[in-house]
Amino acid sequence: MALPQTKQDLTEERIASLDLPSGGWADVARADALARLRIMGLPTRRDEYWKYTRPDTLTQAETPKAAVFEAEDTPLFGAVDRLKVVFVDGVFDADASDDLTLEGLTIERLATSTVDIHWARDLYGKLETDGQTPVNRPLATLNTAFATDGLLIHVTGKVSKPVNLIYHRKSDTSDAILHHVIKLDAGAELTVLENGPASARFNGVMEVDVADTARFHHVRAQGRDHEIRTATHIFARLGTESAFKSFTLTVNGVMTRNDCIIELTGNDAIAHVAGACVGDGDFHHDDTIFITHDAVNCESRQVFKKVLRNGATGVFQGKILVKKDAQKTDGYQISQSLLLDGDSQFLAKPELEIYADDVACSHGSTSGAIDEEGLFYMRARGIPEGTATDLLTIAFLAEAVMEIEDQDLADEINDRIEGWLLRRRG
Amino acid sequence: MLEIKNLHVKLEDEDKQILKGVNLTVEAGKVHAIMGPNGSGKSTLSYVLSGRDGYEVTEGEATLLGEDILEMEPEERAAAGLFLAFQYPVEIPGVGNMTFLRTAVNAQRKARGEDEMSSTEFLKVIRAKAKDLKIDAEMLKRPVNVGFSGGEKKRNEILQMAMLEPKMCILDETDSGLDVDAMKLVADGVNALRSEGRGFLVITHYQRLLDHIKPDVVHIMYDGRIIKTGGPELALEVENNGYADILAEDA
Repeated sequence: MALPQTKQDLTEERIASLDLPSGGWADVARADALARLRIMGLPTRRDEYWKYTRPDTLTQAETPKAAVFEAEDTPLFGAVDRLKVVFVDGVFDADASDDLTLEGLTIERLATSTVDIHWARDLYGKLETDGQTPVNRPLATLNTAFATDGLLIHVTGKVSKPVNLIYHRKSDTSDAILHHVIKLDAGAELTVLENGPASARFNGVMEVDVADTARFHHVRAQGRDHEIRTATHIFARLGTESAFKSFTLTVNGVMTRNDCIIELTGNDAIAHVAGACVGDGDFHHDDTIFITHDAVNCESRQVFKKVLRNGATGVFQGKILVKKDAQKTDGYQISQSLLLDGDSQFLAKPELEIYADDVACSHGSTSGAIDEEGLFYMRARGIPEGTATDLLTIAFLAEAVMEIEDQDLADEINDRIEGWLLRRRG
Repeated sequence: MLEIKNLHVKLEDEDKQILKGVNLTVEAGKVHAIMGPNGSGKSTLSYVLSGRDGYEVTEGEATLLGEDILEMEPEERAAAGLFLAFQYPVEIPGVGNMTFLRTAVNAQRKARGEDEMSSTEFLKVIRAKAKDLKIDAEMLKRPVNVGFSGGEKKRNEILQMAMLEPKMCILDETDSGLDVDAMKLVADGVNALRSEGRGFLVITHYQRLLDHIKPDVVHIMYDGRIIKTGGPELALEVENNGYADILAEDA
């Protein structure tokens, strides 16, 4: 079926604005992705999965300008012993990065890995392609075709320290497309940290293949940068008894769309995705999650909390799909917003689709204001209204932040949230 | 200490007068009790004094150590030395009991221009006071009142009172939902805080609590007014004969 003309024009204009990298093992996957993109077309407001988020600024050929914002925060994860990999406006910064060697893994860069046969060849674009059904994710396909760089991490053992992807931006028109591929062998373990604004407009994909009994942890902090536009996709496939845990903090950013697509393919696997976001004013934040249970006795959790004020908008589209043979599935999904005023809004579309008959799935979604009873109780004990509101706000986000296993990392995230709250109080 | 003169209060949202001229003076070092049937305005009095939304003072005044408290924010009243032990302590998921209390103690100190308590000092003090109230370390760590039993919640109120060292304590039906042992524990906690410089207003339905916290003065409240004032024997009279006789006297 031919695409509607406007959609086709939009897609072709965007394709024309980009250069297709070539000259390596990824060429086949890139060509395939480009062909798929032309068939599906970039998203418009008419697409079911873009009903609550306007995709135009993420898809248009021209990069919307975003004034650079210099946050004077102490760098995140500074106290953590980690391997640093730095990208500035999407360009690898060798001087600022550590030597890319660490016991238990190999790291290469997509841009410089030009050998003919590479382990990543079987994976690059593979999970992204699988993640296109039943819902198209064209921005990820565009990413597979046009990504200029990214890390290819092959994890063979238990890695002693996290790999920290650090993003900076210095340009108000940078338009980075990065694609990371992470392959964890059986029994391997890795934590990946990501922080900072990647570019004025950013399209990021991370494909994570978690083999049997492997464990992957991911903690990400997006922003704090007011005018950036971000679209990210995480695709993960989980083997038997493996674990995948991902947490995202978003502090401001005019437009953020985070998709996470997970497939539990081995029995007894665990997938937890969580997010906390705080937005003020011109802020639109969309979490779109799709978890497919395709094996027995797996557990999945989706915990998303949003604090919104001054007309900020939060969106949550979350789905648990339990296939026919995925018995003993334990699925949990909660999405909640704390609306600090009447101008802000939260749009939620929680979905369950269950074909197995022996499962426990629960989901809930709420939207509310600060608890007046709790507020009065705290004030009656002498806590000023502003402080009390902050404590209740942090408490509201706690269920999501608690999904981070490492307490030190969780504390750093909480510090960021407190910083945001303090700045808002002036 | 606490002086209430001709206090008239109505609900903010509807035309309903709850307090119709309350006069009451609680002196430093004294324990006053207010008894009265349901709906007489006892709890409203405690809420109005502590600054809860939803009430409108239409006449009269209330002062704490000579300061008009009715114009103050709830946190200012607390810093000025007023404490309300809630009838229904509020659960606050996600806020640790310890964090809550330390924030409260230091906020009050700051408001009074005093030095904040260091975390080491705070820990030392709270551990000692918690022990007296049989509150274990686990309870201190848990979110405020979440999953606490009725007795634990009330003991937690008294712990807060002990930590904040208020000048004027109002106990709103602190005995409700307590078994005999728990009531004894709570009463011991309150009695330990009785001192020359501190006033107490104990609101209760029953004489029971007053066996443990011996009042100096007992007031009977009915239909938004205090209709009778006497010594501890007045509480016994209520216990034996109910409110009927007293109400008949008033009528």
